[in-house]
Amino acid sequence: MNTPDKLLTIAVTGLNAIDSPGPGIAVIRGLREGLNRPVRIIGLSYEILEPGIYMHEVVDKTYQIPYPAAGTTALLNRLQYIHGQENLQLIIPNFDAELPQFIRLAPTLKAMGIASFLPTAAQFAARDKINLFQFGQQHQLLVPRDKSIHSVAELQSCEESFGYPLVVKGKFYDAVVTYTLEQAQKAFYKISAKWGLPIIVQEFITGTEINIAVLGDGNGKMISAIPMRKLYITDKGKAWSGITLQDDTLIQLARDFIAATQWKGGCELEIMRTEKNELYIMEINPRFPAWIYLTAAAGQNQPAALARMALGEDQPVYDDYEAGKIFVRYAWDHITDINEFHQISGKGEL
Amino acid sequence: MYLRKNIATSEAGFIFNPATGDSFSANPIAAEILHLLKQGNTVAQIKESLLATYEVEPLRLDRDWDDFFNQLKEANLLES
Repeated sequence: MNTPDKLLTIAVTGLNAIDSPGPGIAVIRGLREGLNRPVRIIGLSYEILEPGIYMHEVVDKTYQIPYPAAGTTALLNRLQYIHGQENLQLIIPNFDAELPQFIRLAPTLKAMGIASFLPTAAQFAARDKINLFQFGQQHQLLVPRDKSIHSVAELQSCEESFGYPLVVKGKFYDAVVTYTLEQAQKAFYKISAKWGLPIIVQEFITGTEINIAVLGDGNGKMISAIPMRKLYITDKGKAWSGITLQDDTLIQLARDFIAATQWKGGCELEIMRTEKNELYIMEINPRFPAWIYLTAAAGQNQPAALARMALGEDQPVYDDYEAGKIFVRYAWDHITDINEFHQISGKGEL
Repeated sequence: MYLRKNIATSEAGFIFNPATGDSFSANPIAAEILHLLKQGNTVAQIKESLLATYEVEPLRLDRDWDDFFNQLKEANLLES
């Protein structure tokens, strides 16, 4: 167990604070503010222009790590090197695509003295878009009907089952609402070219979109839940501004989800509230959202709580937060030097 | 007719529904009515106060009152 005055070294991914941001910078902000002890942040980056690499007041040092496609061994080798340099105590990965490898490596990392706080491989797979409807049925949670399809011809049967509009989704990212067969076909080709097959076709649910940042302890207990409604979105549908909500039914839904799944770690529930006040789970993101700092601002610092639990420290259940807290994201031209760019691109460290 | 319990209002006429995230701006008289409602005054008491304060015919007040409350209802701000 770590003593509160000892320097804590935490590695964080998701430093891409761009128009469709990764959660890393917001997670770090929460850690720095909420842990009440000296913290050294080690950034783990994939691209050399991830803004967090150059934000030295936020990230103390950054190391590039291999893409998931390079395999688990390549990632482990790199983490062993970084651990040798930095003596990491905790890793918080923040990308969907990298999570399976970090989940697989968690026992090895633990043996090296690096804690993590991640869902199990089974939990990760169950909430996957491809399995979401079955997941909902299994846990008595409302989820829109969907079909995974591998050819454009199968769109016809989706049309017959669900009617229009239909939501055509990629297996990792992207979703398009379509109103005709032609639009659905176009979306199928566009999204499958980018993300591969299958394509998920989902029935369209009308309502108000709400997101909930949730933290589970891995034993069925919900540590925190903060619901947020987007006030302004980018053309990619990402929140540029949002407000915390106070609604017991949303908190209860999050509690039910955690109790049913025994979820360990942070996640984001994407909810659609219909006119009849039904709460549909549209998607479950298996990590903190990019707006996670709002949880700290509202009184429940989820990144810091996750860190405490990962380190085996006491973390009481949060039971109160402030509704009406607003975040407004902004763009900032951060200035750096060509030498820094050379160093990260040449040496893979900065 | 009651405002939902959790609705927040300010003296400047700002109305916030924390369950939905919706916010609205009320003009000064609407803000005054909301303030009186939140204090627990009845509709009859508030109307009486408005008639005493402003130069308005009871019939006109009733019409405007209904219109205002329809707007509150549509905005999901009243207890159902």
